[in-house]
Amino acid sequence: MAAMFSQNPLMNGPNYSVNDAPRVNAPEGAREHRFDPYTDNGGSTLAIAGADFTIMAGDTRLTSGYSINSRHHPKLFKIGGTTADQKDATIVLSVVGFAADGEALKERLDAICKMYRYRHGKPMSVKACAQRLSTILYQKRFFPYYAYAILGGLDEEGKGAVYSYDPVGSYEREQCRAGGAAASLIMPFLDNQVNFKNQYIPNSGEGHALQERERRPLTRTEVETLVKDAFDGAVERHIEVGDGLQMMAITRHGIEEVFLPLKKD
Amino acid sequence: MPGFDFSNYNRNAALHARGVPLPKATSTGTTIVGCIFDGGVGIAADTRATSGPIVADKNCEKLHYISPNIWCAGAGTAADTEFTTALISSQLELHSLSTGRKPRVVTCMTMLKQHLFRYQGHIGAYLVVAGVDPTGTHLFTVHAHGSTDKLPYVTMGSGSLAAMSVFESQWQPSLNRDQAVKLCADAIEAGIWNDLGSGSNVDVAIITADKTTLRRNYIKPNERTAKLRSYVFPKGTTAVLNEKIIPKGDLGKFISVEELTEEGGDKMEVDT
Amino acid sequence: MDHRPQAWGRPRDDVYGAYDASYLQSGGPKTATQSPIVTGTSVIAIKFKDGVVMAADNLASYGSLARFTDVKRLRPFLSTSVVGFGGDVSDMQFLTRHLNELAIDEAYEHESSPTSSSEDDPNAPPAGQLNAANLHKYLSKLMYRRRNDFDPLWNQILVAGFDSASAPFLASVDLRGTTFTSPSLATGFGAMLAQPIMRRYAATEADAARLTREEAVKVVKECMKVLFYRDARSLDRYSIAVVTKDGVELSEDEQLERQSWAFAERIKGYGTQTV
Repeated sequence: MAAMFSQNPLMNGPNYSVNDAPRVNAPEGAREHRFDPYTDNGGSTLAIAGADFTIMAGDTRLTSGYSINSRHHPKLFKIGGTTADQKDATIVLSVVGFAADGEALKERLDAICKMYRYRHGKPMSVKACAQRLSTILYQKRFFPYYAYAILGGLDEEGKGAVYSYDPVGSYEREQCRAGGAAASLIMPFLDNQVNFKNQYIPNSGEGHALQERERRPLTRTEVETLVKDAFDGAVERHIEVGDGLQMMAITRHGIEEVFLPLKKD
Repeated sequence: MPGFDFSNYNRNAALHARGVPLPKATSTGTTIVGCIFDGGVGIAADTRATSGPIVADKNCEKLHYISPNIWCAGAGTAADTEFTTALISSQLELHSLSTGRKPRVVTCMTMLKQHLFRYQGHIGAYLVVAGVDPTGTHLFTVHAHGSTDKLPYVTMGSGSLAAMSVFESQWQPSLNRDQAVKLCADAIEAGIWNDLGSGSNVDVAIITADKTTLRRNYIKPNERTAKLRSYVFPKGTTAVLNEKIIPKGDLGKFISVEELTEEGGDKMEVDT
Repeated sequence: MDHRPQAWGRPRDDVYGAYDASYLQSGGPKTATQSPIVTGTSVIAIKFKDGVVMAADNLASYGSLARFTDVKRLRPFLSTSVVGFGGDVSDMQFLTRHLNELAIDEAYEHESSPTSSSEDDPNAPPAGQLNAANLHKYLSKLMYRRRNDFDPLWNQILVAGFDSASAPFLASVDLRGTTFTSPSLATGFGAMLAQPIMRRYAATEADAARLTREEAVKVVKECMKVLFYRDARSLDRYSIAVVTKDGVELSEDEQLERQSWAFAERIKGYGTQTV
């Protein structure tokens, strides 16, 4: 049918395309999508494990571009309590990056932890929860949750535990970790102040023989001081960090939460 | 033909295509404003300079001198605003010397727009030009591509909308000096709090027929929060792997030494 | 003259090359909104001590054309909440229809239970009926699902009303499913032009809880004026909604008052012109 019209009855006359079948099959995926499903909502998070506690923190600013969407948007979430208010939760998740993915990730993990508690009659251990979070993230390997997650709690021995993740599920237990926009500003400070990196004992030797300053567990007040100072520093030099500081302390008595003010410019 | 040399443009484009990042300029993602009042004009600026999301300078000066009675507030690429205003300031001084007249704001504005138009927007200077000359009080904006605007109140930079919201809701046709300064400072503050590209302090310049008053750090609503503890390390904390001492007297062998006495100047913030 | 009507008006192959009809194929992925077409500009809202005030102008733009000048972008839900839409108008109408279905379902669901849950407040909605916080959660899940399917609804939405604790509620959700709340919220241009004004009156929840209804309405009207002055895709006719415990008061034909354009008389040119 189509071929009938593309043949001009006049000798050497012009031809017209009336064929409506695709001429070339464009390869799948070559189509241009103008919709970008991701954005970066800024902000920063931080977690430090102590001997018998874990401190988690995050700023409460939510940005898009040069605008502030909200000055009070928490990035820390209690996970796996029996009720919606999470008052008997023992694990805290912090998420930073794309806020909608962070929210979805939090809800997934919370639902799973609640199911575990219902089925097994006991709360999930941080270790198990950490492994499960990794699996959740990797399940979306080719359409990842654009969120940098940190999971904090107390391990089986009651010691502070911090697990940090990349967006596709690679994870590691650590002493401390900073995530998000100002991670590169805060992490070196933590290396130096928590793990005493690049600190040597004065006059303990010459050159390479110098003795490293011995690591010791920090007290809770020391850690809280470091967290506040780390964020005050980040606020000074990163435009996406500010407004408020949300801090949670996980101890064997439960989770304490405080909000402190940060600079708002 | 004097001016910029574009011969490396293709090379840079090719390098960029191969993944070499382009050098990043410090931009004053900024709030700047100007407002005419009865008997003069005021301009104001915030003091944050950014490089991407990082604050490069917490207390930079965005109010630039052109002549005693003409000042400029600059947004855009920091280097471009500084060099363009310095260049025009110099040319205007020579022009003023050769004509024996006080420089005029329209002259300054025309020189700026012609200079910027020649470079087709490649000089990223966005300016608010204000001044008082024998012909009266003037306030202009000059965009990087060379277009200009003449209005009783103007704003520019990434915080221009935040600042404009203040003018559009509070400006009135007749203002005295104090009202205008308050309005300008409020507009800058709107930028400081609501625009991430703007922050720190408010600088204000008030120009009247007889004098110009520069109020550097007119408002300082963002003093640095004090650290909760000291981070001073005991001496010897940092490992020294290699040491070579050159006595002060021998320093002249390596470099030329001049003795200076320090006076004034912005001191850098240092932890004590 | 070509005597085949089928060929009339068609591009000649020898001039333009054979026509590429690949976009006509039907076997490919589902075509979704890849960019907004007819759009609404800002929606703004601010909390006050007894509820929330929301406003949006009545314009639907087609690019830079002011295409429809009588489009209502605020809609009440169950007369306890208000939803304001910015962005694509067709997606707004899809969502509106969807919310209508939801509202009808809700009405049937709670028909059997008596109108009031608490004896002391006859105006309170039936217990269990979707409040603004529930509705916002529902919309955020819907929007996030659509973004996951690469078939977004190109809107930014504000939801105003009350939460489960009967406190004023105001929250936003956008085409990517990002949600947030604040004492005052604005979409589009309003986020840059109106938010600075509203934040001066309600920087914190505590500030908003001190604001009276009259003050809140005044601030919102002032913001609508500033938006009309500076947003080129805006209109001076707008809708304003006040949500309180007594219900939703929606006025859809407000006109901006006390505009001032007198300064324009005194502007002469853009540079050296003096006349």
